[in-house]
Order: sequence, then structure tokens, then C-alpha cells
Amino acid sequence: MTSATPVVRVENVSKRFIIRKEKSLKERLVNAGRSSKFKEDFWALQDVSLEVNAGSTIGLIGPNGSGKSTLLKAIGGIIEPTSGSVFRRGRLAALLELGAGFHPDLTGRENVYLNASILGLSRRQTDYYFDDIVDFSGIHNFIDTQVKFYSSGMYVRLAFAVAIHVDPDLLLVDEVLAVGDEAFQRKCLDKIRAFQTEGRTIVLVTHSLEQVNELCDRAVLLSSGRMIFDGIPHEATQMMRNVLEDRRLDEVQEKEKEDEPVAVGSISDVSVWAEGRRLGEPVQPGDSLVVRATFAHSAGIRDWIAAVQVNSSLGHVVFGTNNERLGMNLGYLKDERTIEFVVPDVSFGSGKYFVNISLMDEAHVHVIDKAQAASFDVPYFEAATGVVFARPSMKQLT
Amino acid sequence: MAEKQETAGERLDRLDVLPWERAGAPDQLVNGAAGSLKDIWKHRELLGLLTKRELKARYKDSSLGFVWSLIKPLTQLLIYYVVVGKFLGAERGIPNFAVYIFAGLTIYTLFSEIVSGGTSSIISNSGLVKKVYLPREIFPLSAVGSALFNLAVQMVILLITALLVGTLTLGPHLLYGVGALVVVVIYGTALGILLAALNVYLRDVQYLVEVILMLFMWGSPILYHWTFAVSAMPGWLGQIYLNNPVTLAVIGFQEAVWSPGSSSDSLDGLALRLLAAAAVGLVLLFVSQRVFARLQGNFAQEL
Repeated sequence: MTSATPVVRVENVSKRFIIRKEKSLKERLVNAGRSSKFKEDFWALQDVSLEVNAGSTIGLIGPNGSGKSTLLKAIGGIIEPTSGSVFRRGRLAALLELGAGFHPDLTGRENVYLNASILGLSRRQTDYYFDDIVDFSGIHNFIDTQVKFYSSGMYVRLAFAVAIHVDPDLLLVDEVLAVGDEAFQRKCLDKIRAFQTEGRTIVLVTHSLEQVNELCDRAVLLSSGRMIFDGIPHEATQMMRNVLEDRRLDEVQEKEKEDEPVAVGSISDVSVWAEGRRLGEPVQPGDSLVVRATFAHSAGIRDWIAAVQVNSSLGHVVFGTNNERLGMNLGYLKDERTIEFVVPDVSFGSGKYFVNISLMDEAHVHVIDKAQAASFDVPYFEAATGVVFARPSMKQLT
Repeated sequence: MAEKQETAGERLDRLDVLPWERAGAPDQLVNGAAGSLKDIWKHRELLGLLTKRELKARYKDSSLGFVWSLIKPLTQLLIYYVVVGKFLGAERGIPNFAVYIFAGLTIYTLFSEIVSGGTSSIISNSGLVKKVYLPREIFPLSAVGSALFNLAVQMVILLITALLVGTLTLGPHLLYGVGALVVVVIYGTALGILLAALNVYLRDVQYLVEVILMLFMWGSPILYHWTFAVSAMPGWLGQIYLNNPVTLAVIGFQEAVWSPGSSSDSLDGLALRLLAAAAVGLVLLFVSQRVFARLQGNFAQEL
């Protein structure tokens, strides 16, 4: 890319939604005088400005309800902003929902033509691509069957096959990549990479922060309708995780206020840090990870088990152990006892990790679990992604 | 479409010189209407496909298929012919009563199908409206398309019947029929577009439309001759009644396929009235389109 060629200009776009609580004529007439009482409005987008350059891939991220999809729809022209304006150029294809135009009573073939036309292909172009589309979807035998008899996988595959054969300059994608089995998802991602090399512009809304880090060269973080970050993906995803973490902690506190001492066991003062570093400081590969927790049991429990588990931000177990695995017997628990796990020389990949602590009895029945009791961050490394840290190298053999 | 895949560089060069376009529907008053027309023209293929989809999907799994769309008007014809014509004796004043009713019914069915299909079109296509940008006028227009198709089928039967009865003759009076069709399509489209937009905000509209369409049916001279109605009304009301575009269209249509060989007392100045109605209708169509354009910005969130 020699010079930047913008294809989308979003200028001070705001969008207000008004939620009316009644819909019928009668209700409106009855409530005409005090209609403001029956309305609620909120700003889904507030003063968002953005310029997208041709050939770039932008991820829109943010917690639920932050206005990502609204922004995407405003760019696509599906929603008109309350104030501000959106300008764009070039051919547009919006993949807000796969198979949005599919009609269940029509055959696959008819739906391909209809959907292609909705996405902006002429009949001649569809004729030209038709075999490719059927090949890609892999449903040769069912192309003349009504779509309502399709399995959901076939349906999605056909819809995606149509969508990617439209030849867009600007592709808007809203979480459709989350559907389908793994093989299909990989196919989608491969196709998106191919689009990138062809100089197409992609605006992607997704909840998968890994995808953003992998695919995008720029990320925009929205929160409550405002743009709070615009820049390098891994910084944006880091911020996003912090936003989510803040929310979670708020929720946990709320919940703890509500349901207090029912459980007879208790876990308190959970903390995690790297030896030689302060609490809350990022954990570097090679550090020794220390997890400390205080257990108690009001009725008293014999041969109890203390377990620790480290989860990735997606909830996958990355690491876990307990005293039984370590060949240790903790004896009898009644009054508070503090246990410390030390994991030397950790090599977690970059991202946020959560620590779960469990108190179990001798039969492995969980007495109390403290999910996501503490968390730690591992800083971003340029050379690799994933949950395992290792220093890769590469050489050319032929 | 045998062109080569363009490379990233070529794509950039092409995009660099493209003019900026505003996302969404054009909004200025006069340019807006022209822009919308252009937008719709660009999507004419899709319009055809949507119309086809509507027709195909309607009777997809029935073995008689689109014959059903004939059975309803034919049954109506039979009922009215027997009950109104024979039992109530309306046919004594109107020769060739069957052709008379069928002519009126055919043109009125076109009107009511356009209006009622148009009214519900945005809501029944909400999946598309919410997820893809298209000029939304396409949906009411596809209702017009499928109504016209049904009309064509009924026309075949009507013309054959009229030919057999001997009321169909060649001559300039056939132009009345064309005029009637034009007037009905203009008014139907204008109302369909307008009501489709209103119906998104106020779902009562579609039920109201059903009632009003029934009123209009009895308010136009389909089952009786217009002279019966006019003679029972004070003069000013009679003029309002006669200048109702639907009444004019029904009279015009009857003039084309029924009058020759049946009746000689035709409405004076019918051609002029039809022309005036068409002109007013075009203004109405323009206004409806503008209203539609204003309202459609919030469709996606209201559905």
C-alpha cells in the first residue's frame, strides 16, 4: 500500500433509539397526553468518527450493547444515524446474517439467485459463479431441494458460499463467523485472508478477541456507544479485557451481597502474583506463579482437598492441580488455614488468565468453588499467539 | 463476467477515483426522488426475482398451484352472479351481468391486492430490511408485480368470456381499459408505499386497510351500475362518488370490455376524468415516496 485510500468516512455519528412500550393505535390514543412516560430513549452511538482505509481489516469490539452492530449497520446504510453522516465508496456487501434473504419454500438454486441478487450480483454474474458456489458449499445433491429441508449446516454453508462469491470492495461482517463447525469456520477464515490479499476492506464485529488479534490490523473498542480506543489490535483487546473484568468484579460484588453464608465451607483472600513482582503486575514467562488462598469449614472436614485451576479468558482449563495430585494430606479443616501453591517457571502465552479455587471433600465432592477468584495478565509477545509461551524460530530449507 | 480478478493495487487505484456516496437512502426533496428511482432501477433484476419468489412461494406445496389464485375470483363471480344478479334481481337493469361483474372484480382485485400486499410487504420482509441495505421501495413494488401477474391470468378469462358473449370489440374504447389500469396501478402503488411505511410504526394499519378495501369495493360500481348510485345521492356527493379514482377505473374498465353491445349511457368526459385522476395520482405517488423515504430511516430498528 503506497498511499492511504479511505473507503469509509464516519463523521460524528450518533444514534438514538426510542423504545416505545406500546404499539397499537388504542394504546397510543389512550396514552397520547403522557406519551413521554411510555418512551425510553438511549444513545446507542455517541459522536463516533472513523475513517477506514482501503485494504485494511478493522475489528469492532466491545462488550454486549456497546453499539458495535449499530455502527456496522450505520456503515451499511441499514440504519440511518440520528445525527452525523456516513460516506463510503465502492461495492459493498454486508454479511449481517447468513442467508437473510433465503426463503424456505424455494429450492437451493432459486435461493442462490435470489440471495446473490440481494447482495448485488447480476443474473449473468450469478450464472458465471454458480458452479463455484455449489462446489464451495458442497451440497450438489440437494441444490434442487427446498431450503426448508436443509440441515442448519447445509443452510449456512450455502449462504456463506453465495456471500463470498459476491465481489465486494468493502465487506461488513457481523459475528457470522461464529457459526458452523470448526472445518467450516476455518474455511471462512481462510476466505477472509484471501480477501485481505486481494486488497478488499473488511469491517468485522466479533466477540472473539483472538480473531481480532489474528485477523485485524486495526481495532476499534466501543463502550456504551462511545469510541474509547482506536489502534493496534492487541492493545484494544487488552483494554477490552479490562473493561470486561471491571464489569465482572462489579457483578461478583453485587452477587456476594445478595447470597451470603449458606455454604459451610469458605474460601477467602485469594491472590495470585509472580514471585519477585508486585500484586497485579504482569506475569512474565519463566516467573514462579504463586497462588494463595484461605480455607475454612464451619462444620469441620477431614481429608479435605484444596484445588487450583488456571483458565484462559475463553474458559478453557490451562493448568490445574490439587494437594492429592501432589501426594499431600491436609488433615482436618475447621478454622481458617492458608494454603500456597507455587508453580515455578510458567510459560503462559499472552492474554488474561483467571484463577479458580475449590474446596472438596475426600470423595471429590465440591464443597465450595470460587470461580475466577483472581486474575493475572501475561504481556503481549510479538512472535507468537496462543496460551503457551515459547520462542519460535524459523529457517528456510529450500 | 469473464473479467480477471483484479489485484490489490488495481483495486486501490479504482477506489481512489470513485466519488463518495452517502450511506443509506438519498434524502433531498427532488434529487431524492430521482436518486430513489435510480436506486430502484439498479435493483430491477432483484425486483423481478422477489416478485417471482412471492408468486412461487405462495402456492409452492399445493398440487393445484396458481390455479388457486383463479378459483377465488371465479367463486366470487359465481356468488355475486347468483345472489346479487338472480336473487336480488340486479341483472334486470344490466345486460350481460356476468361480464359486467367480472370486469369490475378483475380491476378491483388488482387494486386491493396491490394495496394490501404493499401494506404488509415491509413487515413480511423484515428479515431482509433489518439485515441488508436495499432500496426498500422494492418490497411494495414486488407486491405490485405479483398483483399484475394475477391480473394477467384473470384478464385471459375475462377477455375470452367477453369475446364469447360478444361484448369485446376492437376500437378506441379499449383505451379506457388501459387508462383504468394505469390509474389503478398509480393509486395502488402510491397507497401501497405509503401504508407500508406507516404499517411499520403502527401495526393497526394493516387491519384498517382490510376494512377500507371492503368499503371501497362496495363504494365502486362493481355489482351495480353507477347510475343507480348517483341517482340515489345528492348532486355534490354524486360528483365526489364519480371522481373517486377507483370508481373511475372500474367504469373505464367496464367501458372497455362490457359496454359495447350492452349499454350506451356512458359517463361523459370519462377520458378527461381518467387523465386528471392519473395526474393527481402521480403527485400522490411522489408525495408517498417522499414520506416513505423519510420514514424508512428507522425501519430497521422499529421492526
